Amino acid sequence: MRDRATSNKIKDSTLERFFDVVNIIFLMLVMLVILLPVLHILFASFSDPVEVMRQKGFILRPLGFTLDSYKSVAKNPNIVSGYTNTIFIVVFGTALNIFLTLIAAYVISRKDFMWSTLITILIIITLYFDGGIIPFYLTVRNVKLDGSIWALIIPSAINTFNLIIMRTAMVGVPESMSESAKIDGAGHFRILFSIMVPLVKSTIAVLTLYYAVSHWNSWFNAMIFLRDRKLYPLQLILREILIQGDTTMMTAGSGEDIAMIGETIKYATIVVATIPVLCVYPFLQRYFVKGVLIGAVKG
Amino acid sequence: MQDIAKKNSVVAAGPKKYKQTFLTRLKKDFTKNKGLYLLVLPVLVYYLIFKYGPMFGVVIAFKDYTPGKGFFESNWVGLKHFKAFFTDYYFVRVIKNTIVISLSNLLFSFPAPIILALLINELKSKKYSRLVQTVTYLPHFISTVVLCSMIIQLTMKEGAINQILAAIGFQPVTMLNQPKFFVPIYVISNIWQNTGWNSIIYLAALTNIDQELYTAAKIDGANRFRQLIHITLPGLLPTVIIMLILQIGKMFNVGHEKILLLYNELTYEKAEVISTYVYKKGLLQFNWSYSAAVGLFNSVVSFALVYTTNRISKATNDTSLW
Repeated sequence: MRDRATSNKIKDSTLERFFDVVNIIFLMLVMLVILLPVLHILFASFSDPVEVMRQKGFILRPLGFTLDSYKSVAKNPNIVSGYTNTIFIVVFGTALNIFLTLIAAYVISRKDFMWSTLITILIIITLYFDGGIIPFYLTVRNVKLDGSIWALIIPSAINTFNLIIMRTAMVGVPESMSESAKIDGAGHFRILFSIMVPLVKSTIAVLTLYYAVSHWNSWFNAMIFLRDRKLYPLQLILREILIQGDTTMMTAGSGEDIAMIGETIKYATIVVATIPVLCVYPFLQRYFVKGVLIGAVKG
Repeated sequence: MQDIAKKNSVVAAGPKKYKQTFLTRLKKDFTKNKGLYLLVLPVLVYYLIFKYGPMFGVVIAFKDYTPGKGFFESNWVGLKHFKAFFTDYYFVRVIKNTIVISLSNLLFSFPAPIILALLINELKSKKYSRLVQTVTYLPHFISTVVLCSMIIQLTMKEGAINQILAAIGFQPVTMLNQPKFFVPIYVISNIWQNTGWNSIIYLAALTNIDQELYTAAKIDGANRFRQLIHITLPGLLPTVIIMLILQIGKMFNVGHEKILLLYNELTYEKAEVISTYVYKKGLLQFNWSYSAAVGLFNSVVSFALVYTTNRISKATNDTSLW
């Protein structure tokens, strides 16, 4: 009897060790599949255009080295103005997002405020019902925001999921903290910004990332609301270059040269537009769990 | 007469009394929370204009909206636009495509993050686990425009995928011009982009499982496979069900952004979904009311779906959103 038990145990542990190895290798393959297209683009952007054209399959190492495509990207007035507009939208949009999300979360997390339940209900309702894209578009037009860069900032000033994440963080702050400040004569504004904000700063950090990334990556609202090309954000410019295949403005030269350089310019454009976001998110990674969990369960 | 007057005064006194207490309560609350009244103002204005505005604006689905007249002045036309949609030549096509894309997503994209989370959870090295997470989250931060341009680059006739397929004897084609490839490309790129990010919620649920259960199981001699079956999977189930309810609720909401960037005249027959149809009808052809009606139909069906799945889930295994 005992022999059989130990032999079973040994069989189990070898099987388990085998599984561990397979698991590690499998996840390595998963990472490879994810990184392959990303590295392909990164390497191609530095490579010699002629070599890129000749290459079959994925590019797994830089083929030659040239910064020509980056130079064309930097010289392109559309990309430069797109970048500037996007930075404006990200900075002011995210600042407004965080400010309004903070005050909204603060107000609905006050238990002694007679309207907080009603306001919470009004806010939660908007998670389940919305008018859809056409009434939204017409509303923005009715308040005369269309055509302005603020159409990309003000109508998306609060994301209700993010608001609920922030509310949950504030509810978690012990009431004694704000009570003692109140006794010291601090107003709500002071309690919010000098007591609450430092205590929920990890939530603020992660929501700043979410809001900033959504501004950085959004293009659809810009497409439907903006008419002046000078206001176009980066993603809308990218759409013209990458999806509609318009590299004519970027290359001087003739014939095949244009086609070849055009390809590597596309890769360089993608890198330039994506790198900033990819450099930031790993630093906030450990906070993601908190946000996603609350957002999904309450949503 | 007197009786009536008396009655009236009684009736009048009721609300008045209530009003007074309400007013005093309001007064008290206002003096106590003056700052909050000021803080809540911009929040209320935002929600009323940009969330409730469109919600009431949806009345144009029952009207013939003309921009000059606005949401409320335009003429009522009843269910005209709904009838027009149900008899629309493209009605069956957009509904069918929406459901096909959603179901394919549900079948293939939904289980992927659960499996990934389980595999990451089994890793013994914390460092490796963090690395896998960082790498798999990466595609989530790539914009839709860039993702779609990557898809176009990779699937075009001269693209990397065709070159690989050509090496094993396939004829290279521009895949995005082939209707039969649209749904697979859509779903596979979804899996590539979202599996890592969507695994976060399952990873969180896994760390919330009581560790003592595992200790107890080990003492009882359960191997890791048995622990997985009897502890991990049951612990994960409520989260899986909630995500499933949400997913089914979104069945009719296939987003328009990615499809608008990927489809073309050649693939409309497989790629046109409700949301892209709403966009086309409303914002390109200016049939405001018609596309608002399609949008409203979409929201009503979606809500009914969430509600029903939620009810079923509540009745069968006590897990629900509400």
